[in-house]
Amino acid sequence: MFDIFDSFEIPAGDWIEGIVDWLVGNYRPFFQAIRWPVDQVLATTQDLLLAVPELLFLIGLFLVAWRLANWRIGLFSTLAFALVGFIGLWEELIITFSMVISSVLFCVVVGIPLGIFAARSEGFFRILRPVLDAFQTMPAFVYLVPVVMLFSIGTVPGVIATIIFSLAPIIRLTNLGLRQVPEDVVEAANSFGSSSMQLLVKVQLPLALSTIMAGVNQTIMLSLSMVVIAALIGAGGLGVVVFSGLNRLQVGTAGIGGIGIVLLAMVLDRITQTMAEKSGRKSQGLG
Amino acid sequence: MSHVQLKEVSKVFGANADTALRLMREGKDKTEVQAQTGATVGVYNASIEIARGETFVVMGLSGSGKSTLLRCINRIHEPTSGVVKVGDVDVTKLDRKELQEFRRRAFGMVFQRFALLPHRTVTGNVEYGLEVKGVPREERLRKVEEVLELVGLGGWGDHRPSQLSGGMQQRVGLARALAVDPDILLMDEAFSALDPLIKREMQDELLSLQERMQKTIIFITHDLDEALKLGDRIAVMKDGRVVQVGTPEEIVSEPEDEYVAAFTAGVDRSKVLTAGSIMKDPSPVIRSKDGPKTALQLMRRHGISSLFVVDNQGKLVGLLDADSATGAADRGAKSIAEAIDPNPTTVDVDTPLRESMRIASEGNWPAAVTDASGRLRGVLVKGAILSALTSQPEYSDAPDESAADTSATAHG
Repeated sequence: MFDIFDSFEIPAGDWIEGIVDWLVGNYRPFFQAIRWPVDQVLATTQDLLLAVPELLFLIGLFLVAWRLANWRIGLFSTLAFALVGFIGLWEELIITFSMVISSVLFCVVVGIPLGIFAARSEGFFRILRPVLDAFQTMPAFVYLVPVVMLFSIGTVPGVIATIIFSLAPIIRLTNLGLRQVPEDVVEAANSFGSSSMQLLVKVQLPLALSTIMAGVNQTIMLSLSMVVIAALIGAGGLGVVVFSGLNRLQVGTAGIGGIGIVLLAMVLDRITQTMAEKSGRKSQGLG
Repeated sequence: MSHVQLKEVSKVFGANADTALRLMREGKDKTEVQAQTGATVGVYNASIEIARGETFVVMGLSGSGKSTLLRCINRIHEPTSGVVKVGDVDVTKLDRKELQEFRRRAFGMVFQRFALLPHRTVTGNVEYGLEVKGVPREERLRKVEEVLELVGLGGWGDHRPSQLSGGMQQRVGLARALAVDPDILLMDEAFSALDPLIKREMQDELLSLQERMQKTIIFITHDLDEALKLGDRIAVMKDGRVVQVGTPEEIVSEPEDEYVAAFTAGVDRSKVLTAGSIMKDPSPVIRSKDGPKTALQLMRRHGISSLFVVDNQGKLVGLLDADSATGAADRGAKSIAEAIDPNPTTVDVDTPLRESMRIASEGNWPAAVTDASGRLRGVLVKGAILSALTSQPEYSDAPDESAADTSATAHG
C-alpha cells in the first residue's frame, strides 16, 4: 500500500535542532549577557525578601496590599502568607514570589513599549500578532529545552523561560488599551497640537491604564504557572516541592506545595485586579 | 481677503485614491466609485473662501463629507489633493513639526461628543491646549478661570466631566477651545448631541460670544434651522461635493438644485426670508406734483386701489388711495399733494418676514418696502406673503415666479 507520507518527510525537528545548535555555538556570549540583568534582579529581590524577618514581612505585606488594593485584601494576603509559613514552606514561597516579581518586572519593561509600538504601527502589529499567538498557545514545556541549551539550568533560566512565556498578554492588552481610547479624544488632543509624546503620556496611557493593568494581572498569573513548571529545569521554590512529591509519590508533599501556589496566586490576583478596577474608575473620572 | 481658503480640496479614504478622483471627475457618484475602486470619497473638489470674523456653516446629511471637510482644514485628515490656506499660510505644505505648532495657535476645535479627557478635572481639560503649548501653570489657571467664567462655568473647575450634564460638558469643550485664543473655531456638530432646549441656549450663547469675539467660526451641522440661525453664510454638501454656498436667505429662496430645495423644504420660511426677498415691483408709482386724474387713470389701468408716491430721488413720500384721489379730483385739485397719506405702513428691506407680517397686518395693506435711505424698493402684498410661506421655491433661476406657484412643491 502506497502511503504519501512515506514518500517524503520534512525534517522539521532537525532544522529546529540545527538552529538552536547554531545559536548556542555562535551566540552563547549574547545569551549570557541576557542572563546577567535577570540574575541581578532576581538575586537582589530574593536576598532582600529573605533577609526581612518573617513578622516584619507579614506586616509590610499587609500595608502594601492595603495601599494598592484595600484593607480586606491586605488582611487576606497576610493570612495566606502566614498559613504557607506555618505549613513550613516559607522559604520556597519567598523564592517563588521573587521569581514572579522579577519576571513580571521584565515583562512590563519589555511588554509595554512593545504594546505601545504595536498600537501605533499597523505593520508592526501585523507581524507581532502571529508571534504572540504562537507564544501563547505553545505548550509551556516546549520552552524549557531551548532555554536549557542556551542558558543552562537553574533558577535564572527558569525566570527567563517565564518571561518569554508570560510576555504576550501585557503586549496584547497594552496595544488593545491604547487602541480603545476614543478616536475623538485622540483627535481633540491632536487638534490642540499635541506632540506624539504628549498624546501618549497625557491622553492615551491614562485612559488605557485599566486595560494595561488587566494585562499585568494576566501576565502575573501566567508567570506563576510557569515558575512552577520551571522547577523541571532546576528552578527553586514551590514548584520543587510539587515535583519532589510527584517523583516520590508523596501526595502530602505535592499537596502542600499546591496549596502554597494557590494561595500565592490568589493574593497576587486579588491585589492586581483591584488595582485594575481602581485605575479604571480613575480614568473614567469616577474615582 | 479671505481668512480660510480651500482650493479644490479632496479627501479619499483607502487605496486607489487617484482612480477614485478620476472617476469622480468623470461625474460618477461616490457609491459607484466605492463599488469600482473600494475607496471612499470623503470630500471631492471643495473650494470655499471664508472671511475673517465670519460664521461659516457647512451643512449636509451624515456621510456628506462635512466633518471630513472640517478635518481637512487642520489636517486631522490629510487632504488627498488640493490646498488649504489660513491667512498667508499654506497649511497643506507644513511639515509635522510646523503643523503641530500651527495647530497650537490657530485652531480651537469643539466635538460632537465633547471628547473631553475623563481622567482630568474641568480645569485640567480646559488648560490642555495651553499645557501642550508649554504655558506656565500660573498663567494657564488664570486663563482657565477667565474662559470658564465666559462660558458660564465659573466655580466648576474642580469637577470631573462625568459629573456634568451634556450641556455643561459641551461648555467645557467650548472653553477648552477658547482657552488657546484661536483665530479659528472649528465646531463639529458641536450642539447636535444636546437636547433641543439646551441646544437653543448654546446657539444663543455662541451668537452672543461671537458678537464680542469676532472669531472665524466654521460650524458643521446637519440641522438646517441651526445653520440658518448661526450662519453668515452656508455651504451645503452632498455626497462629498459642495453643492451651494450662500447666505441663509439665498439657500432658502434660491436653492441651486433639487437636493438643496429638498433640504430646505421643511424650514420655517418666515424666519429666513426678508421683506426684500418677497416684495413685488412697486410700479406704477406717482409723484406728488401729478394730478388726481392721472392717478385714478393709473389705478384703473393696473386694476389696483392705491399708489405709492415718491419724490424725484425715488424716496417714499406717502400713499394715495382711490377714495382720496377721487375726492381731490371732485374738488378740482391741481395736484394730489394734500390727498396723500404721509404715513403708510413701511418696512425695511432687511426685516425678517415674520416681523414684516406683523407690521403689515397691524397697519394697512399694501406695505411699502424701503431701504436705509428711504427709497421705495417694493411693495408687500398679502397674497405674495402667503404664497412665499406656503410654497416651495423651484431650483430654477426664477424663484420669484415659483413663489406664487404652489405646484412646485413636488420634492417636498
